[in-house]
Amino acid sequence: MPLHASPRLYLRLLAAALGLVAWWLLYGSLASIAAWLTYAFAGLERGSHLGAAVEFFVYEAPKVLLLLVLVVFGVGVVRTFFTPERTRRLLAGRRESVGNVLAALLGTVTPFCSCSAVPLFIGFVTAGVPLGVTFSFLVSAPMVNEVALVLLFGMFGWKVAALYLGMGLAVAIVAGWTLGRLRMERHVEPWVYENMAGGAGAEDVGTAMNWPGRVQAGAAAVREIVGRVWPYVLLGIAVGAGIHGYVPENFMAAIMGRDAWWSVPLAVLLGVPMYANAAGIIPVVQALLGKGAALGTVLAFMMSVIGLSLPEAIILRQVLRPRLIATFFGVVAAGILLVGYLFNFLL
Amino acid sequence: MKRIQILGTGCAKCQKLAAVADEAAKALGSPYELQKVTDIKHIMSFRVMSTPALVVDGVVKLSGRVPTVDEAKQLIG
Repeated sequence: MPLHASPRLYLRLLAAALGLVAWWLLYGSLASIAAWLTYAFAGLERGSHLGAAVEFFVYEAPKVLLLLVLVVFGVGVVRTFFTPERTRRLLAGRRESVGNVLAALLGTVTPFCSCSAVPLFIGFVTAGVPLGVTFSFLVSAPMVNEVALVLLFGMFGWKVAALYLGMGLAVAIVAGWTLGRLRMERHVEPWVYENMAGGAGAEDVGTAMNWPGRVQAGAAAVREIVGRVWPYVLLGIAVGAGIHGYVPENFMAAIMGRDAWWSVPLAVLLGVPMYANAAGIIPVVQALLGKGAALGTVLAFMMSVIGLSLPEAIILRQVLRPRLIATFFGVVAAGILLVGYLFNFLL
Repeated sequence: MKRIQILGTGCAKCQKLAAVADEAAKALGSPYELQKVTDIKHIMSFRVMSTPALVVDGVVKLSGRVPTVDEAKQLIG
């Protein structure tokens, strides 16, 4: 911190510190506020279906939104250190295996939106990033994202969130490595490699960042991401609250339980067409888990919802031939299936 | 005359960047021309790795995010 920092900067730092304290106090007292609102204020009966549902909603909704704001802000700041260009430099010419691991890790912190999957793909491949390493990135970037992790942490606790993070990275690494072994370079649309002589061209653009800029980027991420997902979160928690209060225990055991072997592939298949609603699906799934669904099945479902999407397939069709897209989805889906069975078997 | 190009395949952010750039250029007052580049091969000829991107007189000024109007003014002006 420079000695001559302006009074305005100190005011901002003070405001940030006060904000954090207020956040912490509010977060810590949510459970008692929710109980008070439900039973004392609204006068609902303890142990009733409606009481359980309402308490679930007024506790979980603010909790998840508070967590989202904090984490999305933090990740928004961290992402200012990682541009796609820098990530590409780190990955170009990297050996496979080491490259796959690095790509999966960088996929979690590099800013990524599936609408720029194509420029990113071309930028990587033409700069000498191996195809399999590029795929590791493309699997991990959407699948291991902060919104999913916050919801998992908020609704399931840190163990399931960590499990999802670890398994998501594992699927990205292994699927990318496998795709690299399949030598499918000729199924990339030929125009990708044409007119690209010289490969990496674009320099880092707009990356000269200072701390106020990074904080602004964090705030912008909150406005954009939380602004987009909050209705899904509320809807998901509302449906989850309904399930929580009204669906009988063990109702899901027959459909999504451990003994129903077909439930894992079904969960993966159902997950592919569901896309933007990942934020809304996790609370529903959490409520189902409480009613007898198996963790592996649930994990597979969430990975497939978040990591595999039809819109992304359509976007990638511009650069990949159908056979490569099908192989890509097939390999990733197989990895997710394996994770699902593994957890149902082990736990 | 300034030549402003917006690179992007038509996502929501690209529309937003076009609107911001238009507002900034209007505020600057000098004559300009705004063009949306949506063809992926044309976009790739600028060698950007994330969209939307802002190009002024053939030079990529910003990519991967939507700036504020003030920031856009600086980038264009």
